[in-house]
Amino acid sequence: MGSKALLLRYLDRFGIIIVVLLMIAVLTYLEPQYFLTFRNFSNILKQIAENAMLSLGMLLVILTAGIDLSVGSVLALAMMCLVMADIVGGWPWWIVVFIGPLVGIAAGLFNGFGLTLLRLPHPFIMTLGTLFAMRGLTNLISGGVPYSGLSDPVRFLGSAQIPLSFLGPGATLPVSAIVVAIAYIGISLFLRRAAVGRHIYAVGGNPNAARVSGINVDRVLLLVYALCGFFAGMGGLLTAGRTNSGFPLAGQGAELDAIAAVIIGGASFFGGRGTVLGVLGGVFIMGLLRNGLNLQNVSPFWQQLLIGFIIILAVWIDVLRRRAAVRT
Amino acid sequence: MENAGTGREAPLLEARNITKYFGAITALDGVNFHLSRGEVLGVVGDNGAGKSTLMKILSGLYVPSEGQIVFDGRPVRFSSPRDARNAGIEMVYQDLALAGNMTIFENIYLGREPGQKFLGLSVVDQKRSREMAQEHLDRLKIHVKSVDQLVEELSGGQQQAVAIARATAFDARVVIMDEPTAALAIKEVGKVLDLISGLKDHGVSIILISHRMDDVFYVCDRVMALFHGRNFADAPLKDTNRNEVIGWIMGTKGHSEAVAHDQVR
Repeated sequence: MGSKALLLRYLDRFGIIIVVLLMIAVLTYLEPQYFLTFRNFSNILKQIAENAMLSLGMLLVILTAGIDLSVGSVLALAMMCLVMADIVGGWPWWIVVFIGPLVGIAAGLFNGFGLTLLRLPHPFIMTLGTLFAMRGLTNLISGGVPYSGLSDPVRFLGSAQIPLSFLGPGATLPVSAIVVAIAYIGISLFLRRAAVGRHIYAVGGNPNAARVSGINVDRVLLLVYALCGFFAGMGGLLTAGRTNSGFPLAGQGAELDAIAAVIIGGASFFGGRGTVLGVLGGVFIMGLLRNGLNLQNVSPFWQQLLIGFIIILAVWIDVLRRRAAVRT
Repeated sequence: MENAGTGREAPLLEARNITKYFGAITALDGVNFHLSRGEVLGVVGDNGAGKSTLMKILSGLYVPSEGQIVFDGRPVRFSSPRDARNAGIEMVYQDLALAGNMTIFENIYLGREPGQKFLGLSVVDQKRSREMAQEHLDRLKIHVKSVDQLVEELSGGQQQAVAIARATAFDARVVIMDEPTAALAIKEVGKVLDLISGLKDHGVSIILISHRMDDVFYVCDRVMALFHGRNFADAPLKDTNRNEVIGWIMGTKGHSEAVAHDQVR
């Protein structure tokens, strides 16, 4: 392998970190007093936690050349279920905290069975269906109204902060960031080391090859959609904790943010390509952009416009990179 | 037409009176088939003659409507490619069935990764997997820059070699190859054919489906022809010639050379 090819491979893997560092440098230059403070970084970490959860699940699904449009609705459903159980039902917290993830897994399995048993032609359709259905269910069980005032243990993962006062005033580590870190490290190891993790890449690369290699493709798909639902449910738990409430409109459009982060992170929409590190980079790029533009008092409308162009730019860079790789 | 060369010992793989219906269509009609140890058998026939159906039955993808398969002296019944694989029958598909986004060594052991269980998950031992792949490729005299190369970065011939390496990674006794040279550049065809001869030297029996007479006459010991889903002809290679085999494909016996050329070219 020539040095150019080696360089390309490294850029492929770690280029996104360079982009994130560049963004931090630019934002520090634009906002020298505030941006590079621990308080602001604690804020950013808190803000990105939900998108980080949804994006991680979305990565797994996109790796198999699938898509899950329902994650925002599943987040809302999981959130509403656990909030109702806590506030209306008065259930003990150690049951309530499992409700979010379990509802997520159930919704994910529902998606997975729709794809594998009903043989719906594309996950877009099945998950578009559940996007509506789960939102409807959320509104039905909540009566369309928000609830607030959760018990403290239920809020812990989403809102607790570990003080790091030795780093400066207001410096804290949100517990949600630890949850994100554990999830990302876990899934990264799972994708790289576990046989099933490799099978996810194989199913995305060539489902036919996976099938004749004795891989149970349907089982891999079920697992992937269940995990995606699980992370949506975790997102619901974190959001409920952070906002101290459950509202039926939660997570509207969140699936698009998640897809954007995965694509900006360099994953291929056609499956088989993408890394956990890339998705983390994508999540940070979107989070830093929002944070930086907020600090600059740029209107959210401009933020939308910019994120749109960044998605297009990210995919274009991917196209250029692929073309360069073919030439070497 | 009895096979003179290998007729005495019991065949390794035998299919008796195989019939396969797809609805109202009879794809195979009482076909008999046998393959000896270490033999390279060429299977020829026109499109729709039943070659692929027969191979899919032997590799466990289809279950025959009637008839019996005998492997190593025992009647067997394959209900999935996995069963056939466990018995030692591997298939190299025409589209190769490789995952281009993964490395050479991962493709070779895909679905059968070496490793151990950890918290209920099977964890791949990638170091061992790499070493095993390298040893296996060396044994087959397949040269690649690195087993860490992605399969999509390889040439067609190299990809074919990886597909063959995968089929033989676990002591396969029979390897079925469906048109292994059809998609290759001419200079790569020879390499793949030499690879097939090399497998034969390792004691693997090979079934080669091919339209290319050059391939058949370069590596095969015997050639059998199917026509309209039935046995049509079967002869050791030394007892036949290209034009005769081309005639069999078209369903003629005892034709003249001119007929063959007129219709094939």
